[in-house]
Amino acid sequence: MSKPAILPPHTTHTEPKIGGRGPKPPASVGLGGDDWRNNPPGRRGPRERLKRFRVALSLVLISVFVLFIGLTSAYVVRQGGGTLDTNTGVFTRDWKPVAVPQILWLNTLLLLLSSFTIEFARRQVFREPQVTEEWFGLGTPTRRASLPWLGSTLILGFGFLAGQFVAWRELNAQGIFMATNPSSSFFFILTGAHALHLFGGIIVLTWAAMASFLNRPLESRQIATDCGAWYWHAMGVLWLYIFALFLFVK
Amino acid sequence: MASPRNPLHAADHSSATNAQAGYPSVFSFSTHHRVIGRQYFFLSLAAVLIGIVLSLLMRLHIVWPQAPLPFLGQIKPEQYLAYMTMHGTLMVFFVLSVAPQNAFGNLVLPEQIGARVMAFPRLNMLSFWTTLISFFVMVSALFVTGGGSMSGWTQYPPLSATISAGAGQGLGTDLWIVSIAIFCVASLMSAVNFITTILRGRAEGMSLMRMPLTVWSWFVTAMLTLLAFSVLLAAALLLFSDRHWGTSFYLPAGLVVNGAAMAGHSGGSPLLWQHLFWFFGHPEVYIAILPGMGVTSHMLSTFSRKPVYGYRSMVYSLLAIGVLGFMVWGHHMFVAGISPYAVMAFSTLTMVIAVPSSVKVINWLGTLRGGRIRFTIPLLFSVGFVSLFITGGLSGPILAQPAVDMYLHDTYFVVAHFHMIMGMAAVFAIFAATYFWFPLLFPDRIMNEQLGRAHFWFTFIGAYATFMPMHFLGLAGNPRQYSQIVGSAEYLQKLLPIHVFITISAFVLASAQLIFIYNLIYSALRGKFSGTNPWESTTLEWEQDRRQRIRVHHGPYEFGPREDSRRDYTVQSEPPYTYKS
Repeated sequence: MSKPAILPPHTTHTEPKIGGRGPKPPASVGLGGDDWRNNPPGRRGPRERLKRFRVALSLVLISVFVLFIGLTSAYVVRQGGGTLDTNTGVFTRDWKPVAVPQILWLNTLLLLLSSFTIEFARRQVFREPQVTEEWFGLGTPTRRASLPWLGSTLILGFGFLAGQFVAWRELNAQGIFMATNPSSSFFFILTGAHALHLFGGIIVLTWAAMASFLNRPLESRQIATDCGAWYWHAMGVLWLYIFALFLFVK
Repeated sequence: MASPRNPLHAADHSSATNAQAGYPSVFSFSTHHRVIGRQYFFLSLAAVLIGIVLSLLMRLHIVWPQAPLPFLGQIKPEQYLAYMTMHGTLMVFFVLSVAPQNAFGNLVLPEQIGARVMAFPRLNMLSFWTTLISFFVMVSALFVTGGGSMSGWTQYPPLSATISAGAGQGLGTDLWIVSIAIFCVASLMSAVNFITTILRGRAEGMSLMRMPLTVWSWFVTAMLTLLAFSVLLAAALLLFSDRHWGTSFYLPAGLVVNGAAMAGHSGGSPLLWQHLFWFFGHPEVYIAILPGMGVTSHMLSTFSRKPVYGYRSMVYSLLAIGVLGFMVWGHHMFVAGISPYAVMAFSTLTMVIAVPSSVKVINWLGTLRGGRIRFTIPLLFSVGFVSLFITGGLSGPILAQPAVDMYLHDTYFVVAHFHMIMGMAAVFAIFAATYFWFPLLFPDRIMNEQLGRAHFWFTFIGAYATFMPMHFLGLAGNPRQYSQIVGSAEYLQKLLPIHVFITISAFVLASAQLIFIYNLIYSALRGKFSGTNPWESTTLEWEQDRRQRIRVHHGPYEFGPREDSRRDYTVQSEPPYTYKS
């Protein structure tokens, strides 16, 4: 039997600084290592999937916001744009601000209201007594409690989209189209991109509403409602940002 | 029951051999991350082959413009420009963004952090197939009437926004924009998945500072992807709108295209595109190179049997490069007519990036110093990476000087710079990763060593022979993106011998890749068996028993002699041991 030579202590590789501070202390002293956080992924308790989806949602929201920051910074830059007449040396700016259709105020109100309704729906799917009842198979109390709020959010959401459509038609009736002026181009592109993103939220919420009839697990419904709700709030904030841009930066 | 379609069960075998034999084929809609990693690998392999052929056609056209080529005839200047666009786009997007991040990330990332699956396997599958659609849309541009877009991978307007400007500016450019928009969406989905996996999927004990540097680099790259590609999507939307909806974001008034005045546009600014594009474009070059840096650190540590020198500074310099990468986009626009004050700021910040980059280089050399180096193929390619990174990196601060850049910007000097650092260095890291993780790419096989060595030396010498002389071309004032040198100004005619040399070495470089392809196919079918953990690595992707609960007790690179064993490495999941003395 050959035993490797005993090495002087300074050649050991267990220096504490190399690659980390060493093992974490147990997170739950006294529970016998029964802490879910120490379990392998996939077995970290009932909220693991929800938390994972929330992380993903916040990342999605970051990228959506960056998209709109890109578009709106182009908006700000483009405002100063114009044509330099090389003969006379006169620089004429060509930005003529769009008169914001009045219906946008109504749309904003609808979207703000819908943020409240979706928040009620979101809270309903997490109420512990109802969740427990449903978990035991005693009826569908979370569905009964959340569905009206989900439904009203969807109605308000479609109301907002319809209102945006009316706003576009109004501008068209005034002879303002995509190519009329850079401000109108940005108006249509920003409202259009926002409407498209809001429609994504509508799809998620529709799925959340349908899932309760399709016998999807309660957890999936919770995730869809929760992430859909946060997304919806974010789309509301995004709309306020865009609307404020139309109102104040023109 | 083990069902190969369910990723949670696919790995429920006692050995990797069985588990891998049970993987679905790459031609299936699989949600398993290893399969998706392979799919990405083959996608970028297809893209790189097309890209190489296009580059050879360009090189041929430069030195021999009248050459009658089989099937293609004589290459026209607009074809040259289309090849240039497609070469750049395929290489940057479908090779350098896909292979290091998505192919190898999917292949080993979940295992390296002790997770069994990615956070969202179905989203992962969707990302791949969306990328594939984007690839087909892009390649189809070469075959439509008018051919591919002529405006380069940067698609500067007004050229790219003007349909009447040339043959490829119609459908070809539309396909380019659509393909890139799809690619953006696919990359964003993939980035969300990567970040969520790393944040939420790590095994017990896998603290952030115990993650292998590969995982760190994929993490930072995914964050860059998330922020950068959104901006490109916005920019592409506005470009498409300028082309088809009559808007004037990028198009100024008074354009004369092919002798005809262009009406209907006014006030737009081509500079706006450059700002938006390079706000994406500069992080994009880090998206290409950061995973390579992670892979290189990993290889150098593994094969010099030493811990990574300065692990923490490696992590912080990765983050610093990621942050600084968003602040330097203006250095691509020194000659575009931006404010001199902005130029000064961008120039200073650009030179600041040299600091974290040097930290990395010094740490790589420090990792090698005093190690018991095993000269395997992955190590050779990683040392090649360091070499090319230094060579290509040193021309960075040169180009960061606005006054020097005024002269060099539109010359071959820049071509040399980015091919050295972004092209060749990243490709060397891809090669190192391919040779290293081949047993995971093709179950339990290992690549042939002799062929690998031949491949390395031909590629290494070929890379330097091809791109080094371009520095001198640039200093001599040879403009880039010109389709023809022959028959032009006299000072360019004198440079023709250098061009001939470059073309010959480009062909040598490309032929060397045939050795790689042959090695890939040969080793996949008849390669030697690798056994478990063939490189005696410390990270968890070689871990065999997937049924056991993974607990991480060690840092990622604990190499060094052990008292209790003849091994000189400690796998991260091994139980802690104490010295008897």
